[in-house]
Amino acid sequence: MLSYSQSFVATLKRDLKLALRQPVDVVNPLFFFVLVIVLFPIGIGPEPNLLQRISPGVIWVAALLATLLGAEKLFKEDHHDGTLEQVVLSPVPMSLYVLAKISAHWLLSALPLLLVSPLLAAFLNINASGLVAVALTLLVATPLLSIIAAIGAALTVGLQKGGVLISLLVLPLNIPVLIFATSAVDIAIAGYGYSGQLAILAAMLVLALLGGPKAISAALKVSV
Amino acid sequence: MSVELSVDNLSCIRQDRCLFEQLSFSLKSGDIMQVAGPNGAGKSSLLRILAGFLTPHSGQVCYQGQTVDKQRLEFNDDLLFIGHKAGVNGHLSAFENLQYWVDTHGCVDEHDPYSLLGRLGLVGLEDVAVSQLSAGQQRKVALARLWLSKARIWILDEPFTAIDASGVKGLQRRFEQFLASGGMIVLTTHQDLTMNFPSLQQLRLEYRF
Repeated sequence: MLSYSQSFVATLKRDLKLALRQPVDVVNPLFFFVLVIVLFPIGIGPEPNLLQRISPGVIWVAALLATLLGAEKLFKEDHHDGTLEQVVLSPVPMSLYVLAKISAHWLLSALPLLLVSPLLAAFLNINASGLVAVALTLLVATPLLSIIAAIGAALTVGLQKGGVLISLLVLPLNIPVLIFATSAVDIAIAGYGYSGQLAILAAMLVLALLGGPKAISAALKVSV
Repeated sequence: MSVELSVDNLSCIRQDRCLFEQLSFSLKSGDIMQVAGPNGAGKSSLLRILAGFLTPHSGQVCYQGQTVDKQRLEFNDDLLFIGHKAGVNGHLSAFENLQYWVDTHGCVDEHDPYSLLGRLGLVGLEDVAVSQLSAGQQRKVALARLWLSKARIWILDEPFTAIDASGVKGLQRRFEQFLASGGMIVLTTHQDLTMNFPSLQQLRLEYRF
């Protein structure tokens, strides 16, 4: 019998390999994220307190939209070339394939954001404790964004132009993430503890990890 | 252990048109069934119902005497489906595509993708991105699974499309070998099989209005 981990790793490696062959898809979200955050201080003007005040919102809105950028393509190619048909008929549960796709999406489009975030925090005059909070909330909540984006991608995979529809479907689900993440950073900048917000984000992630892959597989099976 | 696939009172309705109704047949190890009929008669729909992609309007598909819904993963483990879409990624090479398929589907114990691709006439093209290959060569990459899979049921939708004469002959020899080892094939094809299969059954679907 086929081992589940082998099948998971194979899908993950395949997606990373494909991304390396079309690096535009990786660079695009990162570029978008960096641009938004660099342009904001220039547009608003060098007012340190104001920048610090708006920084959680700016960083988080940019991160949220950046992870949505690559979402439409998540299952599109596999649907188009028939790989999805083969996956549905594979003797391993489809949730494993979905989980591997989401992991690849996170590694490619969210992890780079996490890595550059300390640098960008300087542009927005975030203090040290705020910076830690930005990194921590991104670490906990970007996988959640990837899962939510995958739900939208799976539901629209059969459509020719699903891009706008994905945003409409997914943004309402992202709003709770945005609220708790920005509030955590806000509180951290002010110098208080934010473990409550982090715990709620982590709880949402656990819930999404448990229910997401199953729901996404079901949505994909309908469109095959 | 022999394999058994049967269909009981199957009806299929697509876009308000009844493609076929009350279709029943049963196949066992060594059987090959060719589904024939004009375009739009429901050949591919029948194959997709057998594979589990489509839900029939009524009736059921049984594997080893039990409905497939209750044993989906076991059935998938025993099934090889190659449809219109090749299931091959254009940015990956033929070798990488086969390796991925093997990693997610399992395969016969001893296999060597390189010599297999060589036998299929793809010598020297193993590491070229599949999108650079011709239509027939891409099809051959997909059909290479016929040599790798350990499934005992093959469902093939137009397997000979874009394949040259010697390739078609090679595929039919593989069919013969597979049937002799206890396999079962359901396929659609517009050209007749050139080799003589004693266990060949024909199912003809008519275009209905």
